[in-house]
Amino acid sequence: MIDGRTTNDRPLLCVENLKVYFQSNGARAHAVDGISFEVREKETVCIVGESGCGKTVSALSILGLIPTPPGEIVDGQIIFSGQNLIKLDEKTMQKIRGNHISMVFQEPLTSLNPVFTIGDQIGEAVYTHKQIEPEALFKYCVQLLNDVGIPSPEQRLNDYPHQLSGGQRQRVMIAMALACDPDLIIADEPTTALDVTVQAQILALFRSIQKKRSMSVLYISHDLGVVSAIADRIYVMYAGIIVEQGNTDQIFRAARHPYTQGLLASLPSLSKRGKRLYSIPGSVPNPAYRPEGCPFHPRCRHRILSCQKEYPGMCDYGEGHLGRCPVLFETGVYSK
Amino acid sequence: MNPVEKKLNNDFYIESPLPPKRTRMQEFRRLFGQNRLAILGLFIFILFFCCAVTGLFLTSGSRPIFDPAMVRLQEKLRPPLAKPTLDSLQPQEVPVLGVYLMGTDDLGRDVFARMLQGAWVSLTVGFVAVGISVLIGIFMGGIAGYFGQHHIRTDHVLLTLALILGTGLVIANFTFIGTVILLLCLAYIFYSLSARHGSTKKETPALKAMLHSNAVSVDTLIMRIVDIMLCFPSFFLILTVVALLPASIYNIMIVIGLTSWMGTTRFVRAEFLSLREQDFVAAAKALGLSNFRIIFRHIMPNAIAPVLVSATIGIASAILTEAGLSFLGFGVPPPHATWGNILSNGKNFIFDAPWLTFIPGIAILIVVLSFNLFGEGLRDVMNPKLRERH
Repeated sequence: MIDGRTTNDRPLLCVENLKVYFQSNGARAHAVDGISFEVREKETVCIVGESGCGKTVSALSILGLIPTPPGEIVDGQIIFSGQNLIKLDEKTMQKIRGNHISMVFQEPLTSLNPVFTIGDQIGEAVYTHKQIEPEALFKYCVQLLNDVGIPSPEQRLNDYPHQLSGGQRQRVMIAMALACDPDLIIADEPTTALDVTVQAQILALFRSIQKKRSMSVLYISHDLGVVSAIADRIYVMYAGIIVEQGNTDQIFRAARHPYTQGLLASLPSLSKRGKRLYSIPGSVPNPAYRPEGCPFHPRCRHRILSCQKEYPGMCDYGEGHLGRCPVLFETGVYSK
Repeated sequence: MNPVEKKLNNDFYIESPLPPKRTRMQEFRRLFGQNRLAILGLFIFILFFCCAVTGLFLTSGSRPIFDPAMVRLQEKLRPPLAKPTLDSLQPQEVPVLGVYLMGTDDLGRDVFARMLQGAWVSLTVGFVAVGISVLIGIFMGGIAGYFGQHHIRTDHVLLTLALILGTGLVIANFTFIGTVILLLCLAYIFYSLSARHGSTKKETPALKAMLHSNAVSVDTLIMRIVDIMLCFPSFFLILTVVALLPASIYNIMIVIGLTSWMGTTRFVRAEFLSLREQDFVAAAKALGLSNFRIIFRHIMPNAIAPVLVSATIGIASAILTEAGLSFLGFGVPPPHATWGNILSNGKNFIFDAPWLTFIPGIAILIVVLSFNLFGEGLRDVMNPKLRERH
């Protein structure tokens, strides 16, 4: 996927050892348990994992939107263009949100305020950070809707959200996210609620926008098909930790962690036609009661005794490809 | 569609037909026009408003055109549309219209003039009282709903109680004890402000830990105050307060307002609780909007529909409360007419002069009904999703 695009090596966003815990009913849920990742300039980074593995929580903590009383950022730092976002106060964060980092949410159906027109909402997104004249604002909004591929934007600006289709609403959400030319867009499963054709359109839109505006995208998804289409680099999350990271080829061609291998094996494809589809046995552990040692070992077919005691370290496969499974690393059994 | 594709298709690409463009005001009128009863309500309301305003001008001043206080004992209890007996009256006592449009009461006062004067009272009581109660309700409900999970520290609660106690004592002429308590409060404020900057000591004594512990959540505090307020039978609370305060129309408005905000608070809180979890609020936060803007621009318009409906019904009930108070003789002081005290005077003559009770009673009924109809219509129009269904 690195087709001629020059990926700058300077990290725009650098998350180090982030830990976000939630208090619930006296127990402490380790939603995100020490993850580190980075997003370089003009790069699309995907975080993949099944529901409840902490993808959304890590995205929200970048924007400082973790609801605290229950949630709490316990440890770690989030460095965004030289600033540690965790240390910043609310006022400064408000200037960063939308302006430098913006977010596209999962549900386009509920992410737009039902009582305002599209024009009002996009206009507000712009107006919050840039004070411009109403005339220019209108033109800019039309321009934004054009960019995200909504036909006859002048009329659509006066529509209410319920008058648009799901795909159009998601385009509007993307237009709002683009409003202030952010450096980084966090897209939290933006295509989950859409059907497959619209999903393909939205992905194409993301790619073209990114190329045109040269910004970074942090794309969160559970859908490996989507991820393979747009990612430059991939982080695979499981139970609040990153189990494997690498570029798209490394992850899809040479997965080094049993969990990633299981995910890939459970993808339906033509070659598996007529056969029973593989599924990883068991389910994601309760975030408040994680198993000792490697969090994946109860479901892992390669487990050995030490998996139940020792927390696995990251093993380096070279060229930025890291996997958190010492067993496979030492035995050299890479096959599925 | 990407630009290249669009250019290729341009030859046979026809803009699809669009619905005629309407301004928002036109849209509003069209939707409102479909609701006949709401239009009727609005019409009666406008009529009532005009009556009240003209009534205010026609019945006030040193020589009003319609004098509601003009006593003509020889003309008492004349039925509606009765002609005055001209030879028994002084020239200035003859009613302007040459007829007692709504009859006269037991002192021979023109009921029409009194109704005109009372309309203004009813209007202002309705609006001011409901205005006060809606403002308080939205504020309290908004805070309880949006910031409800935040906690108030024990020392802040104690401090507030001490301040109230101190002020109360000073007002009640226990000046010495009151002043001492107020000074102690002041000293504690200074102490806690300076302690925050000064000491960096880690260990906290038990007392300090107790003072700094979380006492109640904001939500609990506000909603329990609401519960306490609702415990009192509000009409008797109003009676008590009105009995203590000097009788005046403004006191009544304020007291009605201050005792009827609890319903609005509950509505607003409930709406806020559900709305603040919505994705569009998270999206607004992710755009970098301030809490203030999120509360008032994004959540409030979504929460306003039930508030508006309860407000229009509240106007009706405020008018009724004022009428009830006047009926009991606690309302606006006597020479001034209100619909309530016309009604209450009339009850003594209900068999001899039924118009004295029926005219103000029916007037109250119509106004209250029109407000309710108007409120319902307004709710439908305010909700974009309900618009398509008409």
